[in-house]
Amino acid sequence: MSNIAIKKFSSATELEAKRQEILKSRNSGQAVIAICCGTGCQAYGAKKVADAFEEELAKAGLGDKVEVRTTGCHGFCERGPLVVIRPQNIFYQRLKISDIPEIIEKTIKNNEVIERLLYVDPMTKEKKVHEHDVPFYKKQMRLVFGNNGNIDPTSIEDYLAVGGYKSLAKAISSLKPDEIVEEIIKSGLRGRGGGGFPTGWKWKSCREAHDPVKYVICNCDEGDPGAFMDRSLMEGNPHSVIEGMIIGAYAIGSHEAYIYIRDEYPMAVKHALLAIKQAEDYGLLGENILGSGFSLKIHINRGGGAFVCGESTALMASLEGKVGEPRAKYVHTSEKGLYDKPTTLNNVETWANIPLIIEKGADWFNKIGTAGSKGTKIFSLVGKVNNTGLIEVPMGITLREIVYDIGGGIPKGKKFKAIQTGGPSGGCLPESMLDLPVDFDELTKAGSMMGSGAMIVMDEDNCMVEIARYFLSFLEGESCGKCVPCREGVKRMRQILEKITKGEGEEGDIEHLEQLSQAIQDASLCALGGSAPNPVMSTIKYFREEYEAHIRQKTCPAKECKALITYNIIDANCPGCGLCYKACATGAIISQGKKMPVILDQSKCTKCGACFDACKLHAVEIR
Amino acid sequence: MINLTIDGKKYQAEEGQTVLEVAHRHGIFIPTLCVDEAVSAYGACRLCMVEIDRKGRKKLVASCLYQVEEGLVVTTQNDRITNIRKTVIELLLARCPQSEGVQTMAKKLGVNGTRFESEKPENLCTLCALCTRVCSEVVGKSAISLVSRGTGREVALPYYEDKTDCIACGSCAYICPTGAIKMKDGNGVRTITWPNCEVSFKLRRCAKCGAEWIPEKQIKHILNTTEVPEDFFNICPDCR
Amino acid sequence: MCTETREIVAPKVKDILDKYAKDKGMLVAILQDIQTEFNYLPRPALEAVSQGLGVPMSQVYSVATFFKAFSLKPKGKHSVHVCMGTACHVRGASKILDKLVEKLGCCAGENTEDMKFSLDAVNCVGACALGPVVVVDGQYVGNMTTEKVKPLIEGCQ
Repeated sequence: MSNIAIKKFSSATELEAKRQEILKSRNSGQAVIAICCGTGCQAYGAKKVADAFEEELAKAGLGDKVEVRTTGCHGFCERGPLVVIRPQNIFYQRLKISDIPEIIEKTIKNNEVIERLLYVDPMTKEKKVHEHDVPFYKKQMRLVFGNNGNIDPTSIEDYLAVGGYKSLAKAISSLKPDEIVEEIIKSGLRGRGGGGFPTGWKWKSCREAHDPVKYVICNCDEGDPGAFMDRSLMEGNPHSVIEGMIIGAYAIGSHEAYIYIRDEYPMAVKHALLAIKQAEDYGLLGENILGSGFSLKIHINRGGGAFVCGESTALMASLEGKVGEPRAKYVHTSEKGLYDKPTTLNNVETWANIPLIIEKGADWFNKIGTAGSKGTKIFSLVGKVNNTGLIEVPMGITLREIVYDIGGGIPKGKKFKAIQTGGPSGGCLPESMLDLPVDFDELTKAGSMMGSGAMIVMDEDNCMVEIARYFLSFLEGESCGKCVPCREGVKRMRQILEKITKGEGEEGDIEHLEQLSQAIQDASLCALGGSAPNPVMSTIKYFREEYEAHIRQKTCPAKECKALITYNIIDANCPGCGLCYKACATGAIISQGKKMPVILDQSKCTKCGACFDACKLHAVEIR
Repeated sequence: MINLTIDGKKYQAEEGQTVLEVAHRHGIFIPTLCVDEAVSAYGACRLCMVEIDRKGRKKLVASCLYQVEEGLVVTTQNDRITNIRKTVIELLLARCPQSEGVQTMAKKLGVNGTRFESEKPENLCTLCALCTRVCSEVVGKSAISLVSRGTGREVALPYYEDKTDCIACGSCAYICPTGAIKMKDGNGVRTITWPNCEVSFKLRRCAKCGAEWIPEKQIKHILNTTEVPEDFFNICPDCR
Repeated sequence: MCTETREIVAPKVKDILDKYAKDKGMLVAILQDIQTEFNYLPRPALEAVSQGLGVPMSQVYSVATFFKAFSLKPKGKHSVHVCMGTACHVRGASKILDKLVEKLGCCAGENTEDMKFSLDAVNCVGACALGPVVVVDGQYVGNMTTEKVKPLIEGCQ
């Protein structure tokens, strides 16, 4: 940790001088062990790994020569705990504490690579030494997310060392607010939170609103289940978001900003609070930023556990101390938003793109991506895929490349079935759509949407009717309850889907769902209700036969819907080992003694699947 | 004056008026359930949805909230709007099958029944929030509010029993379009019943005829907020 | 059983209100601090907030009942949150929840009789690559299986 004294910068020149001072004080050839300490890896014990590294290095007398840097999420969550040893960029994954002495002895001291800790490509069986050669990372373009692996998010000095706040200095000392707005418009940046609205236009209309009081908000209420991009950005590189917000506030003419962070993200709250304090200490926030005369205060507010508060007007209501009820947006929030003042609300990832665009220019940015979708997007690739984690890719990459080249395909030899994009507002796309490029308009045309970036891969064991039911059940619980179509309609759709998954579906149910969907989509007050029909409509569009099988034949082709399946013992494979017997909580499995197959009593079976999970000999089957 | 077109006919309106206000003024039918001129518009029932065409861009909006604009073209009837109205009222019929207000509206919209099961057929509240709006905007007390969220939402006093802020004026019962809020005077008390809570207030009797005519609580409120003298309330309006 | 009286909660509530400069817009944050302090939202505390902020009790109560982060009843000693996010769902989160319900003997959203545990099914906690995830007392446990439930619960004091 650096112990350089902190003094407020009164100019861009002073900021640069400090940056050079920090860089000089760091030996660029010095070994750095960058350990991912994002929430995911922490659940794998990454902090303990970091502590163990410190201990062992001290023992080896290398405490001063090698830096152990706990960083934010690197993205390759599947392989945690993971480290990258710089400057060589050696990538070790699935570490255990017992590996550490060997790493220090062999890799740190003697530059030797430990083969068994390397990533092995499941297809080619090749071992990859360097981070950038690992297929998961290779096809990515980690412009926004990249620094997560290089910095300790609790150190502003680390952020300055990688060029942090250079863009703020450039914007505030050499660009006019109008110029900044034009640059963002030119870049083609579209909101990364789900709406995909052109950011520059949003800023422009807010800038042009006549009111001395304007607000800037960062939406970190990432509620889409399966999405954790914003979490990792806010935890792993909070300064990049803050820098973007200051530039935006300066461009719009706002002096007060809020970061609204989900209650479920305590580490993001902690790191954001710390980053704000550090920025204030350095004069990068607060009064007279960098001597420019521009002032900005940023508050942190926590969400209260309501998905609907990810909707901009509901979020603003919550900031005003009210319940998270959305309101009609016939007058845009850029004119009348928080406390009826002009407000610019953008997503975490959108804000984090701003410093990049200011630094490298709109022309550089709009060369990346497609005609309608510029730049990169961070996605959370999860579910039935080998390489689960966070990825950042250029817009225009195909879903197939994401699932197979980066994701490494489907585990356990199962067949790909569908990919859900856009969270509960999005849709499920089948195999035939895998060559679709990732693009706001293409995804919407196909019946899904970009959404915040959750990409959930499903295989042959996932029932599409069940996934529609799941999403509707989720939305039913999150509906604020204000408008009839959402509050009553989503519930009724969920009930129909539930009936279908229980084998009680009737002819005409699909048509009923279609009719309800149209009304709910047209009449709901906000996007929660308005897009609630999407998962239903997309699964009906692409997987209609599955619905029909449930309704007409009362079967679940994926063998997931409990009411339509039975668990059975395959006598030929069962040696009576008793693992399933121990796992069964209801006494549905009866032992017949050693070397005899067990008997499953259907009347007691709750279809919990514990026996199936416990059996190592494929003696339990689902019919 | 603002010029707009509704269903092919031209109308003039004042700035600040909503499409619904203009339509109703001219006798054009747009159904509503959560509107009352005593309180601000809320946009919850969605029955008033219309299609607007603004410089070539069409969209569906709640007419009770959408303010008129120069050159606006409004359509109050088409297939999508019909689907919305029928679906909304069918959903409300399932929620409140015994509500006369809902039944009447259903008939008006040509809906005879509902395909959905009614879990609580005795429920009369459509969550139009007219009661909470009148209490907060007109009476100024905010004694009741919408509690919880989603399908479990309901109108209630805090903790379903805290009557501290309620002045028993009965405005909520008066404005409720479905009879979900009941008010009964008798035996020296006024009892107000909301869907899941009920409170009683002592009534003052007229010194002349003995009729119990006003809750003590309401007297207290009027004394706190106006110059009316206390003994005014000892004589009922009939005897005055 | 609410053992907190007005006298007990008043000083702490006053501190919290002062911390937020009695800003009505910070009502959610104020309630969160109260929830952290008392492990739930005691009624006398909400009444003190209503008076201290000048916000109608009905609004405080609306906000307290709208957001899932708040509990009007005391929580158990150990919190067990089962993530029901999509990624966890496709990896079998409902089976984990069923097993926990069975093991603890209480439903999601309730406490065990001895108040040792409170079980909640929660929205995506953002650790999707580790699904299914259970968070026990703020500690994330990833790659849960039905077999791991028993040792997890028995491991809590």
